[in-house]
Amino acid sequence: MTRITPFSISTDWAGLTLPLFACVVPAGFPSPADDHLDAPLNLHELLFAHPASTFLARVTGDSMNGAGIRHNDIIAVDRALEAADGCIVVAVLDGEHTVKRLRREGTQTWLEPENPRYPIIRLNEGSELIIFGVVTHVIHAFREKRSRVLGQVNNLRRRA
Amino acid sequence: MFALVDCNNFYVSCERVFQPRYEGVPVVVLSNNDGCLISRSDEAKALGLKMGDAFHLVKPTLLEHSVKVFSSNYALYGDMSRRVVRVLCDFAPEVEVYSIDEAFLNLGGMRYWAPEGLEDYAGRIRETVKQHVGIPTAVGVAPTKVLAKMANRLARKRTEQERVWVLGNDAQRLEALERTAVEDIWGIGHRYARKLHEQNICTAAALAAKPRAWVRQHLGGVVGERLWYELHGQACLELEARLPDDEATLGPRATHRQSAACTRSFTRPIADEQKLREAVATFAARAAEKLRAEGLAAHLLTVLLGTDRFSPKPGPSTFSTTIALPSATNDTGQLTHYALGALKRLRRAGTCYTRAGVVCAGLEPEGRVQLGLFEAPEARQKSKQLMEALDTLNKRFGRAKVRYAAAGTKPLSWQGRCDYVSPQFTTNWEQLWRIGDDASRKV
Repeated sequence: MTRITPFSISTDWAGLTLPLFACVVPAGFPSPADDHLDAPLNLHELLFAHPASTFLARVTGDSMNGAGIRHNDIIAVDRALEAADGCIVVAVLDGEHTVKRLRREGTQTWLEPENPRYPIIRLNEGSELIIFGVVTHVIHAFREKRSRVLGQVNNLRRRA
Repeated sequence: MFALVDCNNFYVSCERVFQPRYEGVPVVVLSNNDGCLISRSDEAKALGLKMGDAFHLVKPTLLEHSVKVFSSNYALYGDMSRRVVRVLCDFAPEVEVYSIDEAFLNLGGMRYWAPEGLEDYAGRIRETVKQHVGIPTAVGVAPTKVLAKMANRLARKRTEQERVWVLGNDAQRLEALERTAVEDIWGIGHRYARKLHEQNICTAAALAAKPRAWVRQHLGGVVGERLWYELHGQACLELEARLPDDEATLGPRATHRQSAACTRSFTRPIADEQKLREAVATFAARAAEKLRAEGLAAHLLTVLLGTDRFSPKPGPSTFSTTIALPSATNDTGQLTHYALGALKRLRRAGTCYTRAGVVCAGLEPEGRVQLGLFEAPEARQKSKQLMEALDTLNKRFGRAKVRYAAAGTKPLSWQGRCDYVSPQFTTNWEQLWRIGDDASRKV
C-alpha cells in the first residue's frame, strides 16, 4: 500500500525577497573603441565578387611568368565575367585547361603566353574557343607554408 | 508560377567542369563503394546503360565503349550544388532546395522582373547557371509544383540547347498531361501506378479527367485530392523555402532537417559480428557528426541492416529497429552505445548483410534539449566539450582520424572501394584544381 502524506505550503511567501539582478553587472570604464568597432577584414570580399562563380586553381608551369603568375601560385577564376581582349583567361585547349592572355581583333582570336619560350596559340578561323573564366587575382606565397605536424613527422623520419 | 530547375546528369556534369576532355564522350559515376551506376552522360545513356545497373555486370560494356568511370565525389558535388543554388537565388525570392540537383523556384509575382515572358526568363536561368557554374540544367515552369515537375520531365527530353518547358495556359497544360504516363507523375508510386493501369488510367490526362471524389477515394484521401487539384493547375503544395545557410552548410537549413543518416552498401556481404559492429559504430559517429554540424540533437535512433535485394529467397531484405533515446543527444559515444545495442537485437547469426545504416530522427536544437531525470547537467557540458574537441581534431586532420575504438582500429577496414574518384577540386587545398602548361607546347 502507498501512503500519501499531504504537507502544507507556507502562505507567507509574500515576504520573500528576490535580488534585483541575478547576474553580475560590470561597472568599469567602457572601452573608448566600442563605438568604432568594425568587423575584421574578410579576404573573401576582396577575392570573390561572385562567390558562386569563382573557382580557385593552382597553376603549374611558367608560361605566364611575365604576367606575374608563377609556378605553384593560386589563381581566382571568375566565370561570371565576360572575357574581353587583354583579359587573362582559363581556356579549354584540346580538352585541357590552360592559362593565357586572350587577344581578340576583328574575327581573329588568339592566346598569348607571357613567356618568350612559349608559342602564341592561334585559333583556326571558325573554330570556337571555350573559355572557363577570367582570372581576377593571383595568390603568390613568398614562403612555403609548412605543416607543423608533417614537419615533425619528417624530422622523426630523418632521425630514424 | 513555379519553376523546377534540374541539373542534367549532375554528377557527370560536375566532373566535366574540371576535366573538359570528358566532354562528348560517354561518362558514368558510380554509387558509394562503386556499387552501381548513379549518373550517366547522354552518350552513356545512348549505349543502353541504365540507372542502377550493377557496375560489375556492365563492366564489359563499359570497357568495350571506353566509357570513363568515376567513383562518387560528394565533396565536389555538394560544393557545385551550393553554387547552383546561389545563382538560382538571384532569380526568385523563394528557393526550395529539393535535392542535390533539383530546386523549386517561386516565380509568383515576377511579371515585372521578367518582362520578356516566362519562357525567356527560364532560358535566362539556364544560361546563367551554365555560364557561372558550368552545369547544364533543364527548367520546367507551371502554376503548381506537380505540373512544374511534369514540365521539367518534358524539358529534359528536348535537345541540350532548348531544355525549357512552360505550361503557361490551359492548352499547354492539357498537352503535358496527355504526354505524361501516370507512373511519371510526381507523388504516384509503383503501387498506385499499377492500380491505375488496372483501371485503364494510363496518362495524367486520364487521371485528371476523373471526378475529384473518385480520386479522393482511390488515391489516399486528401493527398490524392491535392494531387488532383495540382494537376488542374490549382496550387496546393507550397514552396518550403529551404535555403542553404550563407557560407556555412551545404544541406537544407538546420531547422528543416528531418533526420541525419549514414547508410552504405558493403562491397562484399558481411556476416561477422565484429565487422558489423565496426560499420555501425562508424555510421553512428558520422550521423552524430552531421547532427553536431547543424546544432541538432536526436530523440530517435534507427539501425538498418539489409540483405541481398536480388536474392531468390522470399521475405523482406531490409531489417530495422528504432530506439527512443532517454534524452535527445548528439554525443557520438551515446549514439554508438545505443546503435550497437540495437544491432545486437537486430542481427541474426549466420546471415550475410550487404548494407547497414544509422538514422537519427526526432530532431531538435541542441540548446533546447530537455534533460533526463537521472542526468547530471555537468555530464552534458563535458560531452559537449569532448565532442567539440573531437570535431576540431577531425576537421583538421581528416575525417574519422580520431574515433571511438568501437569503430575499428584499422581505418575503415570494412569500407569498400572508390577506385575511380577524382580530386576534391573545390574543397580541399591539397587536391585543389590544377591548371598546367602542356610541356609539348614549349618552343
